[in-house]
Amino acid sequence: MSTPDRVILGGVAALALSCAAVYAHLNSRRVDSPQLGRPASPDVIRRMDISVGADGGGLPPGAGTVAQGRATYAAKCQMCHGEAGTGGIADPLTGGIGSLATAKPVKTVASYWPYAPPLFDYIRRAMPLTAPQSLKDDEVYGLVAYLLSVDGIVAPDARLDAGSLTRIRMPNRKGFISLEDRDFDGNAERIAPPVEGAR
Amino acid sequence: MTDDRRDREVPVAGGGLLHRRALLMAGAITGGGLATSVFAAGRSPPPASMLQPGAALSGYGARSRSGAAIQRIVPELPFPGTGSSRTPLQLLEGTITPNGLHFERHHNGVPQIDPATHELLVHGLVRQPLLFRYEDLLRYPRESRVLFLECSGNSGALGAPEPVQASAGQLNGLVSGAEWTGVRLSRLLGEAGLTGEAAWVQAEGADAAGMVRSIPLSICLDDAMVALFQNGEPLRPEQGFPMRLLLPGIEGNASVKWLRRLKVMAAPAFSREETSKYTDLLPDGKAEQFSLRMGVKSIILNPSYGLDLHGAGYQEISGLAWSGRGSIRKVEVSADGGATWGEAALGGPVLPKALTRFRMPWRWNGAPATLMSRATDETGAVQPLRAAWLAQSGASKGYHSNVVQSWRVQADGKIAHVYA
Repeated sequence: MSTPDRVILGGVAALALSCAAVYAHLNSRRVDSPQLGRPASPDVIRRMDISVGADGGGLPPGAGTVAQGRATYAAKCQMCHGEAGTGGIADPLTGGIGSLATAKPVKTVASYWPYAPPLFDYIRRAMPLTAPQSLKDDEVYGLVAYLLSVDGIVAPDARLDAGSLTRIRMPNRKGFISLEDRDFDGNAERIAPPVEGAR
Repeated sequence: MTDDRRDREVPVAGGGLLHRRALLMAGAITGGGLATSVFAAGRSPPPASMLQPGAALSGYGARSRSGAAIQRIVPELPFPGTGSSRTPLQLLEGTITPNGLHFERHHNGVPQIDPATHELLVHGLVRQPLLFRYEDLLRYPRESRVLFLECSGNSGALGAPEPVQASAGQLNGLVSGAEWTGVRLSRLLGEAGLTGEAAWVQAEGADAAGMVRSIPLSICLDDAMVALFQNGEPLRPEQGFPMRLLLPGIEGNASVKWLRRLKVMAAPAFSREETSKYTDLLPDGKAEQFSLRMGVKSIILNPSYGLDLHGAGYQEISGLAWSGRGSIRKVEVSADGGATWGEAALGGPVLPKALTRFRMPWRWNGAPATLMSRATDETGAVQPLRAAWLAQSGASKGYHSNVVQSWRVQADGKIAHVYA
């Protein structure tokens, strides 16, 4: 078979395949559903999706050190969260490790948060309260490094980026019980539904 | 007539609680009394409102002067847009909260959003990521449901060592009821096409907190909606205009307002609001996570703190009950601190995951009495007593308090919040 023939045949095959795909897609549409959404391009998604997962997914390039974070903290955070994150008009962020099972638990980033990457997620999307999303990614990395250094979760000279931030193991990593197998119902009075197949 | 009525009253529990059919008899007798007075009256000077034309028509109705005094309970806050205002439940009737009095909980203020530029992105583990405009969603099939919405921090003050002397709304006003209209979330997710690994959906708001919550797919595909209207009118800015998530029976924080993005995921994101906040720390130091379902709960609103009684005699006890698991099956009321209970009348229709009004006729003999209410939902789950709840949850839990509450009616008619 000559090369042009192959190209033509290949093209026909590709056309047939794409028709089949479109046809299957149309078939899968519910006839009663309006289908008014417009396809979102990867570029649109990239611009809108600022989420960082517990697994570090979504962490951007960049890095920051404890020293840089300390300076950012003093300038932009300390007026609400107090010196070294000990709390003020806003929540304490440091300390409290080992207090959760006591009569006066102190819930902080250090004592309570199970994962480190969501700290990046939260600071970047919501802080500082008066100017959310104003911090550069490097500043956020630095702030995370500084806050975690206060309780020794990272070294005093740590520099965090996507990889090293994801590898941090938080002290309360095992402190949570998911209620997924209780139908997301943690209330004391809940009556467990009968288990299917149980006698 | 009074003697007749008393003869027909049937006690159902201690402290003067009456059979609920007394409600109907009371109505009939009041009606008769009115009719008598109209016919017996002579010609008296008409009220001033009958002697001159009233005010003009208006584009949007306003409340009466006295009604306008009913306001949300707004605290003093360091950041005025970060916190919550409460519904003054004890000053309202029925089961629908007026839109202007629906409780608020914002994490960084109320955004003003232009519906012409706002878009909702559905992406992540889907076959085709989609963008929906507000005007697109207005063309979708809609449904309306009457539902309660409750912040999981509601009634947290019931954990205090001493009973806080505050109104029913101050203690419990982070719950409201409304008719919500919108588009089923399952329809939008279905159009994007879920892939096999899809198990959670992260919802994000377009506010200055960028509020995010991870929501189990099972809840998203059950009865969740993207709400566009509340009590017949477009959402108000403080309730998420132009669009919000509405998850029936689920803690309010997860019904993300100003909804801009739904990311379908294989696992939760474990964001700040589902780890640091909205988790239930237990006495042993472990914390329950994704405690999303609201429990069965009731509160007596009338009489209650601040609504003192003026003399002994016939009273109606009334309040609200609700459950995140479905419908209210019954509400029992006690006037003797829980020694005996009588079943209250439920105002119909009793709807699942909606506020239900209960009423209990009561003849107060003027002696001190302790009023309590206890709801049972369609699963048979019974609202717990405070001591039982504390024994299981510990005082530092803070969220998901649904304990039985008690009002002490003193001999002078004044009412105090007590732990009974």
